[in-house]
Amino acid sequence: MSQVPAVVIAGPGTNRDHDVRRALEMAGANAKIVLASELVERPRLLGDYRLAVIAGGFSHGDSLGAGRMLALDLMVGLGEELRGFVDAGRPLIGICNGFQVLTRTRLLPGALGNNAQGNFDCRWVVLDTVEKSSCVWTKGIEDPIHCPIAHGEGRYVHPDPESLTAAGQVALRYRSTNPNGSVGDIAGVCDPSGVVLGLMPHPENHIVARQHPHHTRGGGGPSHLGLRMFENGVRHAKGL
Amino acid sequence: MAPRHRLTLRPIEADPRAAAIERGAADLGLGQLHEVFIADIVFVDGDLESADRDRLHSILVDPLLQRGNWDLPTSHAVEITLQPGVTDSGADAVRHACAQLGINIEAAATGRRIRFGEDVSDELANEVIVRLVANPIIERWVWGTIEPLHPGAGERVAATIIPMRGADEERLAAINTSRALYLDPEEMVAIRDHFESLDRDPTDLELETLGQTWSEHCAHKTFRAIIDATGGPEGGEQELVPLMTQLRSCTETIDAAFVKSAFVGNAGVIEFAKGTTIALKAETHNHPSAVEPFGGANTGVGGVIRDVLGIAHKPIAITDILCFGPANLPLADLPEGSLHPRRVREGVIEGVADYGNKIGLPTIAGAILYDPAYTTNPLVFAGCIGTAPSRPLHEGPSPGDRVLVLGGATGRDGIRGATFSSATMDATTGEVAGASVQIGDPIIEKLLIDVLIGAEDLYSSITDCGAGGLSSAVGEMAEGIGADVELDLVPRKYPGLEPWEVWLSEAQERMVISVPKRNVSAIVNRCKRVGVGVADIGEFTGDNVLTVRSAGTPVCQLETTFLHDGRPQRRMNAVLPDPDRSDPTTRTVDDPAAALLALLSHPNIASKATTIHRYDHEILGSTVVRPLIGAASDGPADGVVLAEPLAKHGIAIGIGVNPWFGQHDPEAMAYAVVDEAIRNVVAVGADPDKIALLDNFSWGDPRRASTLGELAAAVEGCCAAAYMYNAPFVSGKDSLNNEYIGTDGERHAVPPTLVITAVAHVPDADRCITPDLVEPGNLLMLIGTTSSEFAGSHLDKILGEPPKPGVAPAPDPDAPTHYRDLHAAMNAGLVISCHDLSEGGLAVALAEMCLAGRLGASIDKLPHDDHATSLFSESMGRLIVEIEPRSAAAFMRVMDDHCLQIGEVSESGMLSLPGVEPILVADLADAFNRDVYATGVES
Repeated sequence: MSQVPAVVIAGPGTNRDHDVRRALEMAGANAKIVLASELVERPRLLGDYRLAVIAGGFSHGDSLGAGRMLALDLMVGLGEELRGFVDAGRPLIGICNGFQVLTRTRLLPGALGNNAQGNFDCRWVVLDTVEKSSCVWTKGIEDPIHCPIAHGEGRYVHPDPESLTAAGQVALRYRSTNPNGSVGDIAGVCDPSGVVLGLMPHPENHIVARQHPHHTRGGGGPSHLGLRMFENGVRHAKGL
Repeated sequence: MAPRHRLTLRPIEADPRAAAIERGAADLGLGQLHEVFIADIVFVDGDLESADRDRLHSILVDPLLQRGNWDLPTSHAVEITLQPGVTDSGADAVRHACAQLGINIEAAATGRRIRFGEDVSDELANEVIVRLVANPIIERWVWGTIEPLHPGAGERVAATIIPMRGADEERLAAINTSRALYLDPEEMVAIRDHFESLDRDPTDLELETLGQTWSEHCAHKTFRAIIDATGGPEGGEQELVPLMTQLRSCTETIDAAFVKSAFVGNAGVIEFAKGTTIALKAETHNHPSAVEPFGGANTGVGGVIRDVLGIAHKPIAITDILCFGPANLPLADLPEGSLHPRRVREGVIEGVADYGNKIGLPTIAGAILYDPAYTTNPLVFAGCIGTAPSRPLHEGPSPGDRVLVLGGATGRDGIRGATFSSATMDATTGEVAGASVQIGDPIIEKLLIDVLIGAEDLYSSITDCGAGGLSSAVGEMAEGIGADVELDLVPRKYPGLEPWEVWLSEAQERMVISVPKRNVSAIVNRCKRVGVGVADIGEFTGDNVLTVRSAGTPVCQLETTFLHDGRPQRRMNAVLPDPDRSDPTTRTVDDPAAALLALLSHPNIASKATTIHRYDHEILGSTVVRPLIGAASDGPADGVVLAEPLAKHGIAIGIGVNPWFGQHDPEAMAYAVVDEAIRNVVAVGADPDKIALLDNFSWGDPRRASTLGELAAAVEGCCAAAYMYNAPFVSGKDSLNNEYIGTDGERHAVPPTLVITAVAHVPDADRCITPDLVEPGNLLMLIGTTSSEFAGSHLDKILGEPPKPGVAPAPDPDAPTHYRDLHAAMNAGLVISCHDLSEGGLAVALAEMCLAGRLGASIDKLPHDDHATSLFSESMGRLIVEIEPRSAAAFMRVMDDHCLQIGEVSESGMLSLPGVEPILVADLADAFNRDVYATGVES
């Protein structure tokens, strides 16, 4: 069948939209970057796509809290359509700022606070996929995903992380180093249906082996590419 | 006036900002604060129903992270808000939220509330606020509850006439001072004579325009001056060609095919691979960073990104070279009116991180230097690299083209920045410079990029609104054609600005483009789509007059020929330095192992990880060689490499800077830093025959003949190196008058600081080389010659400089050949790892390779009879290369036997050097990673 039409939703200040588009295209999607304001003007546009990404960055400068203003824009102007998109089982992923946005829209549980160590932090991390998660983005990925983080407000907060784990909503955990003090080393959570994933790290920045900091020393390799998550998302959208 | 509502937001869990204040107070020796509480405040002026407040509350307060309260707090605390007119992005967000929720408000503002523990006296609290928290240049603070001020309305004032005809030198000097023009007396005379010939007096706006355009910052008067020089190795009197002419003719002589544009426009342009051009530019933002570190560095980065945007290239990376005073400077030794180096460092690094991270560019290369001389004059060099599909450069405006201003609105911010940065600072600079400093808004600039990239065919020329604001931007574009603009059409942040203020304002995030009439609507639509402000303020005329109107009435009518060519050429005196290069001295090091560990922990050499991790160096996915490399990603890289994920070739970036050589021999220093920058890119796999250079000079007051002499010597040195390596300069910038006059009347100048940025072509980004050792049993080869060259060395920094420091490193004429041979060896796949030798010499370089690879090395041969020279001399042109034993013969052949086998990689986990107690690699790593932030202030 033809390529999966995918939309990368960008707000004012979103800055990893092009990185994600490249990842989606490598994963076999036909990806387009669309401004949130354009979707709000014509909400039915969203129906044209089978997969959606809310990309990373600093929407509205993250003033008064990361992702809050873009979340407000989407809730006011696109709330129903987003809900419908997800209810139709179409995969939606929020990366970094997109994760912060999705928690504010309540499509995902919990919240993201200041990194425990206090600063914006950029470094590579290792992510374990959680076996008994219902997440369609991580399903079947057994090897850990290697990719960078780059955020200042990535400390995942949830009043009852055990319940999330029990419900299969914890999709990704930081291995060995928890870079921001997230509860239960949680790096990514999904909604009960498993089609909506939010995560702080940037799998879109590990789509070729050369991007891995240790590729010259035998580090990384195909099985650890962040690209695999996008391939999962695209495969799921294809199957709809 | 509408009632004011205020929402106080308190974090549920510990606030890192509070911890930072506690840590900062302890570091500065102010005292232990134990508990500091920070809350954010949102002010909303409007008739809000309680339902409105509830809806706002639900948006502004995340119940899992914060508690919000609309009541006026009563506890004893300090509250801080921004001065009226300073960028307040929080307020923008509040207005945005209210608009989305359909809540009408008149005004919004944000602030901070800081409460100290019971045991903290108000005196201590005040000290902490002044030293660490609030900066009067951009903020107000009070005990109790604060009321934010909004810029008052006011009548637009017409331009005023400045009586100048017939004025004598004294009167001219008075005008010069009262308007803070910082012009030379001869220049004031030239202006007076010009207006006498016109038989009228200038307006304030005309005078200010000339002040900006003729400022050292914009006109580079020193670099364009004829220099009468005495002294130097040759001695005698000589007339020197202007320094800028020397640099340019150097590039013209080298005549490299890849240079597309050098020393014109906003940035240099090169083309290494067909089809893609690369724009490069580096700038300084020293004075603003000294008085408001965050805002100064923040807008410095924003400015240099606009320079690249201003030559129609898409920014892809940022560099930053930062020079600070010692972090452990005792408060008692801090000159009056200057901020403590710790605060400067914290603010500057946060300013760079904030702008780079938010605009979405990797900050990938740089350096951090510490020296007491930088305490009163911190230096901030910010660079930007951009790419574009190869296309002819824009030809410039044609008569009839419209003048469009894109980006943010104009306020009373950044007035006279160009002239301010051309002045010497003193204890009162902070107060007078207030208006020159601003806070940037990286999101607006991000949107400007989104508008302008892809619109290249719609405009005929483009430039950024930097120093001098519209007066420089429109003034430059109008050169040789003339323009007629209406100030009332320039969008204002608030009313009450005088015409000259609108014209000079350096409000950030603005670009000016000239647009053929038929394309105006297309540009306007692009701006509407992404939400960028745009104003059509006039047109280019063809009458060679710069006409500026206020409500229709001309307030400026300057002939562009006088504006750009009317300035009398400066003649300056220089006394050239005459360093003794005949008498090298060596050193005796009683405990070399201890010296090596001390060197690794020296702030100039030790890991910069604490800073590097605060910068996003991964975004865009093009970072192939990072600033930190190796087995544990904690080893220092030489150059960094960028390459699109699917591209074969890439770009290497290397930095060279060494003010300490400069204190002994400015000419040798300049040669050495060019060599270092080039060595850094060659070491990662760049092609030595495809290297372009940027030069950035930060110097003292050139009116002092000895200082100008050092500058001239440095230009001589870097030109000599450029010729030697066939590496052309494509852009440069000088920042002079980096001096501070203490209250004691004493002058403090920065050491001669030349930053060279090398940008080079990497033919195969899949085969980049890094310094981390890879395989036990591999051989270690040393390239280059080692001599006793200790003047300005880091060994002297830890052991103390002897009375006869000897000589600074001299040029190695064989180095260019060595670098080409090494590159050939890399292409042949013979090189496993490679590291350049710089601060700390051979011993430090080997230690860095060991810790980066978490492998030992056993060295059995040293390059010099003198032990200290072998280990610690900083002779230039040297690299260490790891090769496989089976490649030895081939490598020697390619290197034409010009290298020395000094030892091999070992499994021992130790670095063993002849005559040195073996050191555990783990101890090397600990020393190198000793967190320079953790060390407190000596008291």
